[in-house]
This record gives sequence, C-alpha cells and structure tokens, in this order.
Amino acid sequence: MTSVIAAVPPASSDASYFARAERREAWSFALLAVPGLVVIGLLLIVPVGWLFVLSFIGKDGGVSLENYARLAQPVYVITFVTTFQIAGIVTLGSILLGYPVAYLLSQLSPRAAAICMIFVILPFWTSVLVRTYAWLVLLQRRGLINSWLVSLGIINEPIPLVNNFIGTTIGMLHVLLPFMILPLYSSMKTIDTDYLKAASSCGASPMRAFWDVFFPLSRPGLFAGTVLVFILSLGFYLTPALLGGGRVSMWSMQIATNVSTYSNWGAASALGVLLLVVTIAILAALNKVFRVDKLYGGR
Amino acid sequence: MLTAAASATQIRHYQRLWLYGLCALIFTFLIVPCVLIVPMSFSASNYLEFPPRAWSLRWYREFFDSAEWMDALWLSLRVAGLTTLIATPIGTAAAYGLSQMPERLTKPLRMSFLLPMIVPNILVAIGVFFVFAKLGLNNTVTGLVLVGVMLALPFVLVTVSSGLQSFDGNLERAARSLGATRLKAFLTVTVPQIKSSIAAGALFAFVAAFDEVVIALYISSGENSTLPRRMFANIRDQVDPLVAAVSSVLVVASIVLLLIVQIAKRPEKGAAR
Repeated sequence: MTSVIAAVPPASSDASYFARAERREAWSFALLAVPGLVVIGLLLIVPVGWLFVLSFIGKDGGVSLENYARLAQPVYVITFVTTFQIAGIVTLGSILLGYPVAYLLSQLSPRAAAICMIFVILPFWTSVLVRTYAWLVLLQRRGLINSWLVSLGIINEPIPLVNNFIGTTIGMLHVLLPFMILPLYSSMKTIDTDYLKAASSCGASPMRAFWDVFFPLSRPGLFAGTVLVFILSLGFYLTPALLGGGRVSMWSMQIATNVSTYSNWGAASALGVLLLVVTIAILAALNKVFRVDKLYGGR
Repeated sequence: MLTAAASATQIRHYQRLWLYGLCALIFTFLIVPCVLIVPMSFSASNYLEFPPRAWSLRWYREFFDSAEWMDALWLSLRVAGLTTLIATPIGTAAAYGLSQMPERLTKPLRMSFLLPMIVPNILVAIGVFFVFAKLGLNNTVTGLVLVGVMLALPFVLVTVSSGLQSFDGNLERAARSLGATRLKAFLTVTVPQIKSSIAAGALFAFVAAFDEVVIALYISSGENSTLPRRMFANIRDQVDPLVAAVSSVLVVASIVLLLIVQIAKRPEKGAAR
C-alpha cells in the first residue's frame, strides 16, 4: 500500500516536489552549456593549469618555489614597476580622455550620439595590429607627428616618439580608450536627467549640479572602465612588443622572452601565474562592488 | 543656437564650446590612425611617407600577387569561417540554456564563459603551445580553429544573451502550450526572434578568430601562418607600405562589417516588445 502511494507523484500541494522538478529542469538546461564549457576547459583551463603545475617545478624536476623566488630579481622588479607605471598612466589617460567623450555622447540627441559613436566603435572594430602599425608609422622619426611638431616650431629636430615608453603608452591608450568610453557611456545613459533639473531648480550652478549630482551617479561606469582598462593594460602584449622597440619590458613580454629566448618554462609559468592572480584579485575586489559579468556584457 | 540650453542644467551651448572642441580632438586621436593608413598604402615609394610623393597600386599588386600572402589570407579566412560555424551554435545553445536557468545558478557558469576575455592572451598562448606540442596540433588548421572557438565563445554568448533578454519568453511558452516540443518551439519561435543577435554573435566570432595574433605567434608558423601572424613578422622586421595595403583592406572590411551590423540591428529594436 505504501509503495503504491510513493510511486504516484505527491499531491500538488507538495512544494518540495515542484522545487525538485524545477531544479531538475534547470540542470537539464545546464547541459546546453556543456559543449562550450568543454571547449573552454580543454583549451583554457587545461593549458593554464599545466603552466600552474610547471611553475612549481624546479630545474632538478622536483617540487620547488625557485621559479617564484627568482621573481624578486631586479630584472623582474623593473618589469613589474614598468608594467604598473604604464598601466597607471594609460588608465589615468583613458579617464581624462574618456570621461568628456562619454559625457558628451550621453548629452547628445540619439541621432547625433549614434554618429559620434562611430568614432569610438570604428577603432574598436579595427584590428589592434593595424592600429599599432599605424602608430608606428605616425610616430616614427620621419613620421607625420614629428614633421608637424618641427614645422610648427615646437621642436627643432625630430624626437624619438616610438620604440620607447612614450610610443608604447600612446599606442595602448588608443587601443584601450574605447574600453573606458563604452561602460562609462552606458552608465551615464541610465542617469535620470530629472535629478539635474531638480538640482538646477534648487539653485545649483551647472558646475555644482555636475559635480554634486551627475558625477557621483556616473561612478559605477567610471569604476568599471577603470578596472577594465587597468587589467587589460597589465596583460597587454602586442602593442608594447611592436611600439616598445625592445626597450620597454612589460610583464607579458617578459613571459614571452622566457619562453622563446631562454626556453625557461618554469620562469615563464611563474610570471604568468602571478599575472593571472593579480588580474583575478583585482576583478574579485571589483566583484564586491559591481557585477563583473555586466562589465563584459556592455559590449 | 549657441545660447540655447544644452542640457538639463540649462547650461548654454557657447559655455560648452570647450567640451565640443576637446571631444573633437579626442575623436581625431581615435579615428586618424584607422584611416590614415589608407592613403599611405597607395604610395609608390619603398618606405612609408605621408603624403606619398607618387601614387601607385604597386603594394596592392605585391600583396595580391604574392603566393605567401594569399595563402595567409586564405588560411585566416578558413580558420575564421570554421570558427564561426562551430562557435555560433555552441555559444547560442549555452546562452539559451543559461537564460532558462535561475540566476543564482548561472553566475559561475557565465563567469567561466568570460574567462577567455579575462585571462591574458600571452598566458593562454604559451599554455596552448605547450599542450598542442604534446598533441601535435601546432601549425595545424584544427589547432587554430579550436583556439578560435574558445576565444569567440564569450562574444557569441554575450551577444545572444542580450538578444534573449529582450525576447518575450511567453511566446515560446505559448508555442509549447499549443503542442510544440521544446526544440520545435525554440527553432521556430525563439530563433527567428533573436536571429539578428545570433548573426551579430557570428560576426564577432569571425572577427575575433580572424584578428587573433598573440596565440598565432606561437601555434602558427611557416606555411601555416595566418594573415595577422605574417603581418606581425613584417611589421617587426621591415616597415614597408605592403602592410599598409593589407591594413587598408582590413580597415575597409571592418567598416563594411560595422555598417552591416548597424543595419542588421535596427529592425530588432523595433520588434522587441
């Protein structure tokens, strides 16, 4: 008798039955994500996991921390300092250039904003390699920028703008600026203009209304853009490799050199694991205040 | 006009001229490197100059006549095409699956799909190189496509997910209550409604696979060099206008793609809700 009752679905009032059924259905939908997760697992988690293991293996083949201990050497310390310097300058530059643009875009009529948006989206769509190459051409000794500066009388003879720190910074700023403008713009678009009207009807000057009302409300976007640009700068490879001319040693380039020049996988892995840890730590800190998946969803 | 109110705070346009001027300068900074390459590519000289002293098509001829460059272009197109064909259904399936699940379960899954965007490229590059060396996948089309799919997934997922957000799930429920199976309801009701998001996701996948260079530096070489791989080597070793010609072709292609996306996006906005 009891077994018959157990075989029949419980009465419809049994909430836990429906909760279970719902959970089962949710998990069957998770199956749809499996192929994608397998691809990411095999092509991302496995290779990076392998490097993680390699980073703890010393020269003699045993488990050791020597690869990490070596990171305290001056050559690596200089690399870390340079990387954080460039990332800091690029992030600051992208705030200074990105905020006014995002602000203007958010104030324009939809049609005008769509037209101005082309100036942000077209670079975003153009290959990083192409843009880096363009900067190489513009900034070279006989390049356009140098000849303008000379003909305007600002400088007497061409100055080295590329194959150094300046060139790397300009190139990276150009590549990463859209990553600041886009999240800023989407957060500014959600600001209710009634708040600004209220501020000005209460007697605030436009300046005061901006700093006391608009700016605080735009902070989530500013925050998101800042973190995005900063972590992308930390791991940037292409632009410093081409515009640095071998004189600017960034974190990612140090990883590449250890593999291609010294075949030192242990050192390269340790550098890579540390870079990933720093990147994830920054994102995790951000995740406390802001939803990281939204950050990437703004695209 | 200049004295008209420019914003909710009643600031006048003339008080904002500095902002317009500043933004014009920043827009110039953003756009000039993307377009200046084009006139330079028509130069007749051996090295890059602006403006070119003499015009010619010689660098385009050199590009299109070179078997090596054409092989690289063809390889990149094949890799990007295959990547799109594989990544689009996988990414769409994942996006749909996640959209049907309660939010608390999807957050970690969504984050895993975003990993290819978060993990620095160079780290993926040496890791994949190391693993591919054991599997014999370096310098193969299969290897390049696998990497392409991995890199493209976040783009497809994000794009299709945003399409699904503006899709009214009740339409699909209605189809199912009228007897359609889940699959049929998805294919005949949901897919047509989100097809422009899927198309945009496919386009992103294509571009992501086509433009990839850092990983290709490690897993593609010699005869199996992709176009960006060959461009990188050329830029590093010699700065001649040949790459300017290749870049111009790519810039024009991205402008065309951008226009296609803009046109494709428009009808969906009207259709949503």
